[in-house]
Amino acid sequence: MKIVKIREDNCIFCHLCEVACIVEHSQSKDIIKAFKREEKPIARCSVEFNYPVSLSVMCRHCDDAPCVEACQNGSMHRDDRGYVVVDADTCVGCWMCIMACPYGVIKRDTRRESWGLSTKCDFCPDREIPACVEACPNEALTLEEI
Amino acid sequence: MKWMKNLKSYVPPSFVVERDDYRCIRCKACVEQCSFDATFYDDEEDRVWTWNANCVGCNRCAAICPTDAITVKRAEPSYRYNHNWNGHVDSLKKRAIYGGTPVVSMGNDKPYPIYWDNMLLNASQVTNPSIDPLREPMELKTFLGRKPDSIHVDDSGLKTRLTPQLELDIPIMFAAMSYGALSYNVIESLGRAAKEMGTYYNSGEGGLNKDHYKFKGNIIVQVASGRFGVHKDYLDVGSAIEIKIGQGAKPGIGGHLPGEKVSETISETRMMPKGSDAISPAPHHDVYSIEDLRQLIYALKESTEYKKPVAVKIACVHNVAAIASGIARAGADIIVLDGFKGGTGASPQVIRDNIGLPLEVSLAVVDERLRQEGIRQYVSLVASGGIRNSMDVVKAIALGADAVYIGTAALIAIGCTMCQQCHTGKCAWGISTQDPHLSKRVNPDMASKRLINLLEVWALEIKETMGAMGINSIESLKGNRLNLRGVGLNDKELEILGILPAGE
Repeated sequence: MKIVKIREDNCIFCHLCEVACIVEHSQSKDIIKAFKREEKPIARCSVEFNYPVSLSVMCRHCDDAPCVEACQNGSMHRDDRGYVVVDADTCVGCWMCIMACPYGVIKRDTRRESWGLSTKCDFCPDREIPACVEACPNEALTLEEI
Repeated sequence: MKWMKNLKSYVPPSFVVERDDYRCIRCKACVEQCSFDATFYDDEEDRVWTWNANCVGCNRCAAICPTDAITVKRAEPSYRYNHNWNGHVDSLKKRAIYGGTPVVSMGNDKPYPIYWDNMLLNASQVTNPSIDPLREPMELKTFLGRKPDSIHVDDSGLKTRLTPQLELDIPIMFAAMSYGALSYNVIESLGRAAKEMGTYYNSGEGGLNKDHYKFKGNIIVQVASGRFGVHKDYLDVGSAIEIKIGQGAKPGIGGHLPGEKVSETISETRMMPKGSDAISPAPHHDVYSIEDLRQLIYALKESTEYKKPVAVKIACVHNVAAIASGIARAGADIIVLDGFKGGTGASPQVIRDNIGLPLEVSLAVVDERLRQEGIRQYVSLVASGGIRNSMDVVKAIALGADAVYIGTAALIAIGCTMCQQCHTGKCAWGISTQDPHLSKRVNPDMASKRLINLLEVWALEIKETMGAMGINSIESLKGNRLNLRGVGLNDKELEILGILPAGE
């Protein structure tokens, strides 16, 4: 299984991983439309900064994923590829996954009418190389086999 | 009021940053990447804007912008045109406002003649065959160092004892750029590329970080007037030792590394207090004559048991041929000629722009003089200062160089856009900075790959051109001025360069 390896020594704090993530999870997948015409999706990765350290963090797709354990109705589950993903149709926004996640990489999307939606890295199911990895200008995110 | 323009210190901006507001998605990548405080984001107005006066034209913002919304344009001052004073008005104002002489970086940017562009190379047609480097072997290997007058060979092999030689797989080395002027990651990249390509990088005068001792076998260590970081281990790690007498960008003056760039690790490497300016004196205080230089050369040879060639680097100045002759007789194995277009991390503007000689001319006269005196074999010549492409390399070798140094070209390969701000230590491309956050912008994995690509492509281009000339070894190109013809040069220039005019 491949994961996104985070190399903090190379992160230049440009936030382009977040931009690419937003575009990839938008309806149009067009950068201008995603930011200016649509309801902007939430970036699944976030760049942390504490001078001089910076790094982009996103779901580690843990083998023993605590978020999957914590989910009350199985919405947080492991898909065919082996990555941890959320079933948007069944998630009720109880945020137990957020409480359980040791990396703090699950975000709350509260824009749905009924209830909230846990939002996290889905490892770009439509792409061979995740959008963040491809967008990183300094190879601070690389796709590696583990 | 922080960002209000004030007439007292007003000089028109050199650049104007234009932002296509429709394309700008407010991702703020440009804001973070600008290390010169020229780009801002205003939360209340939700607007990214630019303080043009601070823009240095490094183009980092334009390069990083994911929507291509930014264009950086040169701003021409709109004073009434005056051919005589053009360009001098603002530089005069700066001196008057700040009371100091401006310090600049990179090489001379004034429109002096570029002789490389007035020389054309030959090719074989009909009467002699050209060679296809993809099908036939082509030799680029070069040895730098003193060559004997003659060699004796018998059945057991070579009988003559050779003096130490530097073996180069390609006749291109990375010029002296110190750790201090450049970031740790850049030095790491240069070292990796030199190792991979079988060539050398020069430590510059800032000593050598212990981490970079791993590049032993691919390092030339420099001994300059400041003697920063020179000790036994340092000399041992080098494959050759270079005494820096002068630098093309600032002949006649020493070096100056501003205290802001002297970080913890730099202070350790240079063996000097953290945060204090690293000032190299203009002369070596123990070298006031050719005889003194001979003493220094032999002191270094003694301390390294005559196992390493010693190079002497001089800036190209008016009497360069006579000086080079003296250096050859003083016992140097290699002479490095640094032309006036060579780069620097910091130099007073007046010196960079007005002192020195073109490399092409100096190289021609030095090679000619050493041949006339019958001592050309005692030294190898390395051409340095303003080598921009592989054809400059070929022309330099045809003019008499054994190898070349590239500095600026290597930095451009890594990302440098020649904004001439090296002396500020704020390099937005992470090259000439010691800021630990900025220097991350050079990823040694990527940068060394780029350098290797550059050298591989240049090597191929050199082979192609040599093949066209019907030459299959770089040795046969050395000093082969018959393969050069001058265009647009006057008789005296042709005579000094030792080349024929086109058509003859």
